[in-house]
Amino acid sequence: MENETPPTSGNGSWSPRIIAFFCNWCTYTAADLAGVSRLKYAANTRTIRLMCSGRVDPQFILEAFAKGADGVLIGGCHPNDCHYAEGNYKMLRRFQLLKRMLKDLGIAEERFRLEWISAAEGEKVKSVINDMVKKITALGPLDLPGKVADWDREMTEPAPAVESAPVETEVAHA
Amino acid sequence: MPKPKVAFYWCASCGGCEETVVDLAEDILAVVEKVDIVLWPVALDFKYRDVEAMADQSIVATLLNGAIRSSEQEAMARLLRRKSRYLIAYGSCACTGGIPSLANQFPREQILKFNYEDAPSVVNEAKTRPQLVFEEEGRRPHLPELHHVVRSLDQVVDVDYYIPGCPPTPKITQAAVTALLDGRLPPKGAVLAPDIALCEECPRRDSKPTNVVFTAFKRTHQQLLDPQLCLLAQGVVCMGPATRQGCGAQCLAGNMPCTGCFGGTDRIKDQGAKILSSLCANIEPKEVADINKVLAGIPDPVGTFYRYGLAKSLLRRKVDLPGNNGK
Amino acid sequence: MDKVNGNHDVRIGFYVCNCGTNIAAMVDVQAVAKYVAALPNVVVSRDYKYMCSDPGQELIQKDIKEFGLNRIVVAACSPLLHEHTFRSAVEAGGLNPFFFHMVNIREHDSWVHTDRDEATAKAKALARAGIRRVARHRALEVKKVPVHPDVLVVGGGIAGIHAALTLAKSGKKVYLVEREPSIGGHMAKFDKTFPTLDCAACILTPKMSEVGAHENITLWSYSEVVKMDGYVGNFKVTVRRKPRYVLEDLCTGCQECISHCVYKEPKFPDAFNEHLGKRKPVYIPFPQATPQVVLIDPEVCLNFRRGVLTDKCKKPCVEACGDRKAIDFKQKEELKEIKVGTIIVATGFKTFDVGRMPQYGYGRYPNVYTALEVERLVNASGPTAGDVLLRDGHHPKSIGIIHCVGSRDKNTNRWCSRVCCMYSMKLAHLLKEHTEAEIYNFYIDIRAPGKGYEEFYDKLLEEGVHFIRGRVGEVTDWAFIPEEEGKLVIRVEDTLAGVVRRIPVDMVVLATGLEPHADAQNVRRLFNMSCGTEGFFLERHPKLAPVNTFTDGIFLAGCCQSPKDIPDSVAQAGAAAAEALVLIDTGHIEQEPNTAYVVEAECSGCKSCIPLCPYTAISLLPDKKKAYINEALCKGCGTCVAACPSGSIVQNLFEDAEIFSEIDGLLEPTSV
Repeated sequence: MENETPPTSGNGSWSPRIIAFFCNWCTYTAADLAGVSRLKYAANTRTIRLMCSGRVDPQFILEAFAKGADGVLIGGCHPNDCHYAEGNYKMLRRFQLLKRMLKDLGIAEERFRLEWISAAEGEKVKSVINDMVKKITALGPLDLPGKVADWDREMTEPAPAVESAPVETEVAHA
Repeated sequence: MPKPKVAFYWCASCGGCEETVVDLAEDILAVVEKVDIVLWPVALDFKYRDVEAMADQSIVATLLNGAIRSSEQEAMARLLRRKSRYLIAYGSCACTGGIPSLANQFPREQILKFNYEDAPSVVNEAKTRPQLVFEEEGRRPHLPELHHVVRSLDQVVDVDYYIPGCPPTPKITQAAVTALLDGRLPPKGAVLAPDIALCEECPRRDSKPTNVVFTAFKRTHQQLLDPQLCLLAQGVVCMGPATRQGCGAQCLAGNMPCTGCFGGTDRIKDQGAKILSSLCANIEPKEVADINKVLAGIPDPVGTFYRYGLAKSLLRRKVDLPGNNGK
Repeated sequence: MDKVNGNHDVRIGFYVCNCGTNIAAMVDVQAVAKYVAALPNVVVSRDYKYMCSDPGQELIQKDIKEFGLNRIVVAACSPLLHEHTFRSAVEAGGLNPFFFHMVNIREHDSWVHTDRDEATAKAKALARAGIRRVARHRALEVKKVPVHPDVLVVGGGIAGIHAALTLAKSGKKVYLVEREPSIGGHMAKFDKTFPTLDCAACILTPKMSEVGAHENITLWSYSEVVKMDGYVGNFKVTVRRKPRYVLEDLCTGCQECISHCVYKEPKFPDAFNEHLGKRKPVYIPFPQATPQVVLIDPEVCLNFRRGVLTDKCKKPCVEACGDRKAIDFKQKEELKEIKVGTIIVATGFKTFDVGRMPQYGYGRYPNVYTALEVERLVNASGPTAGDVLLRDGHHPKSIGIIHCVGSRDKNTNRWCSRVCCMYSMKLAHLLKEHTEAEIYNFYIDIRAPGKGYEEFYDKLLEEGVHFIRGRVGEVTDWAFIPEEEGKLVIRVEDTLAGVVRRIPVDMVVLATGLEPHADAQNVRRLFNMSCGTEGFFLERHPKLAPVNTFTDGIFLAGCCQSPKDIPDSVAQAGAAAAEALVLIDTGHIEQEPNTAYVVEAECSGCKSCIPLCPYTAISLLPDKKKAYINEALCKGCGTCVAACPSGSIVQNLFEDAEIFSEIDGLLEPTSV
């Protein structure tokens, strides 16, 4: 699968793309452990390492979906085990409302998942990812960029190329 | 020297933005003196063909309000883009989709059916729907087609500046128009309102304690609101922290929470996601059931967090709705 | 070159590691290098056998100079393994070490996937995200924070004593804070120690005296830590010193006051002797107490009524003290504030409250004892001078010792308390020695995993001590047969013989397990530590950082971390002292620059971030009404960044723009 662009029709070559946000201390380490233990799991996740699941900005999740992710997985420390005391609870609370809101916006629950995976649970990394890939494969592609392109076909000319995202903020942060 | 040409136009909007222009009161006279208004359908009679006849870029600035949700609006947006040197998205709907873009949660068919058949105030036994073309007394008038998707202006054409608000205040309108006429313009793409969240100019800011955590969210009709105390401290969802300032916190003066019409700051990509993040992180309970009990106070997160900006949110629209199939 | 994030002319060097065949066998590394070479801003793209080797690192340094690279991405193993290695290499090459990003294509890719095409496609996506991200990296500085050389040791049991002495002997100033009037902890109450049967006092007392006398140790007994602020290297601690009504500096420990007290005989239960003995209102907890300073119990002293000073008593104690004038009935509690760089928490344990297992009859039957009571009973300096005299005035002829009381039990505590088997056998030996009684041990398993422990068990078996395998159902005085009359009957299923037995005994000893202190949660919060589910303080890593906590600069020793015996407590205390010494002798700590900061000009002062910080690093600047993050307190979790509703907080190394570029990079179509 050299070409990763998911074909929207089910011609067999499509397989889900899942963006994973793993906290440095538990779930990222667990994924390392899965590697060291040579566990085998589906190659559909791409992981972004953050220090804490509390760092997961809901914007990241929406951005991932908007840019073509079929699923988003967040991994954090178990309750009471957070390296930063309570970052995982902060994510849990966001997750509860975000999950409901995404459902309202037509994104199936299976596409968005929060899991507590401790540094010792390499096996859980494997089972969670495999399970998520299986469920999302059954749902089929989400392909939001493709959908937007389809929606925009009702206009007489293509949408302006530049998405008017916020201008870069380098000045203030320099 | 000829006066610079200026146009006002409205698309999917309520007319409130036009009111703001009128609200400039005497100040508008100063503006009118300096410019030549070439198009303003709400106040003056012009024909589209007059605009079409103008040379490209001959209008210095067009202030366009309203979202783009029909073929006619799209065509006018494109026409005015061509004719104007600066196209300014004026008001929440043009900037971010506004209230009309809440329709992006529903299929077009459902909207048409409700409005022409099911709405309690409608009497339409023949279930007549507007037709794109029809014959009448030998004429064949064309009606605009409703789009499936409600869009902000910049999702249709290139936009130079944004003046946010539902409606924008006379103050920021005045400042923008003056800057425009004086040629003191910021870089293209700028939002012509301060890039700091509302709390900074909110008279209730100092009343907010530093330890507000949420044990319940209440809606404004569910309790008597203290007119001085920060509304978040009263458990009411206020979008102020995630919303750009410039309105003078007028809703707060009326003892109502900010609902976010000025949109987010430049630094964020999705106003709804950010207020959600902040509110949820500060919920007190830790158990899922208790968390959800608190969150039950926000029964409609999309309507609450994206009241003025669903079109420009990262997801833009309920994702499983039909597109333009069949065309 | 593209301009990204205000950085002109971004020039990226990309290196994909073969890791021998660890990566190359599953990922087509040449294809990855070729693919990345075509991405924007990439100047050099190579694959190499072992990037972490010296030649691998030199390759990066050479390329930096030759091609004028200003950003480096290495796709190899986990950043948790080699990020530091490559940052150093990048720094040696003349770049800021944070112009580097590491992409994990081994643990997260080649080792866990089985399809070479999929694994290669994933590696490309991960590499692309790294390329996009690194372009936005900024130069950062590792902050060095000085470490205050003084140390606070909390808890004066054997662990705290050993840690304090180790540090004091190496020339460090130590504050040792103990809640009780004397240091010594539980060990001071023990008679002998297993398996060697050394007398506890004989080995502990010299260490206690040394603490009392050491010029580097400030011993504050009868004191508690009430507040801790600050961070590693710079803690500010407030200690409450409770009033003893005796001035420590003036008291010589002559105890004349005690003999002259209006109470001619000791009248009040003596906590040190587990309430088996009595003391006067003015007392010294035990003969070897350190400091050798008496104290007055305002609850029972006639000079006080409900803690308030009266003048009811003639105060013969004051008279006895004479010119020394050490007694001061007006003494008030004092708050002392100290600055230390590191803290060792050695607050110990409490024994299981046997009231939670009423079936064993404690409190109902006078001849049921806890193990700690028996330690005092067999002790020559105990309330009975070592005579095992029962509460009913008899000497026992048969004794049952019930193991695992409050241990290995779903209904109370699930954990094994580790020391009860051994101390039960020790008590069995001592009781047999003192009384020649028949001794029955009721056990679930005998756990004797220590040097000389199993041999001690063998010795007990040879001594004729009985061992019955089974958890005791109940202790009752309901006699079925005449032999049981007047006795305590232990009902137990003998799981080896497969029969239910009734064993009549004169005395029952409950081998109580070890628990966290009742106020362990408060102590945890006080020091920003974590607790495991059972309530013991949590070490940072069970294997590799067993005395560290999740708060830098705070270390654990002894049973506050988990039940352990004296040798382990002492060893752990030494380890904790060594960890503290590392920090002190380094003189500073290096902080990963992943802290967050508020962009003041952008902050609206909405205060949403302030309650989120578990380290209270965020405050509101009172004059500017903007949030401010104390960088020294920030631990870099980024929770406030994610929650800032106007996007006005930035986390170094994890900026929004960096993460968005990673997301976009991962999802961009691979057009090869």
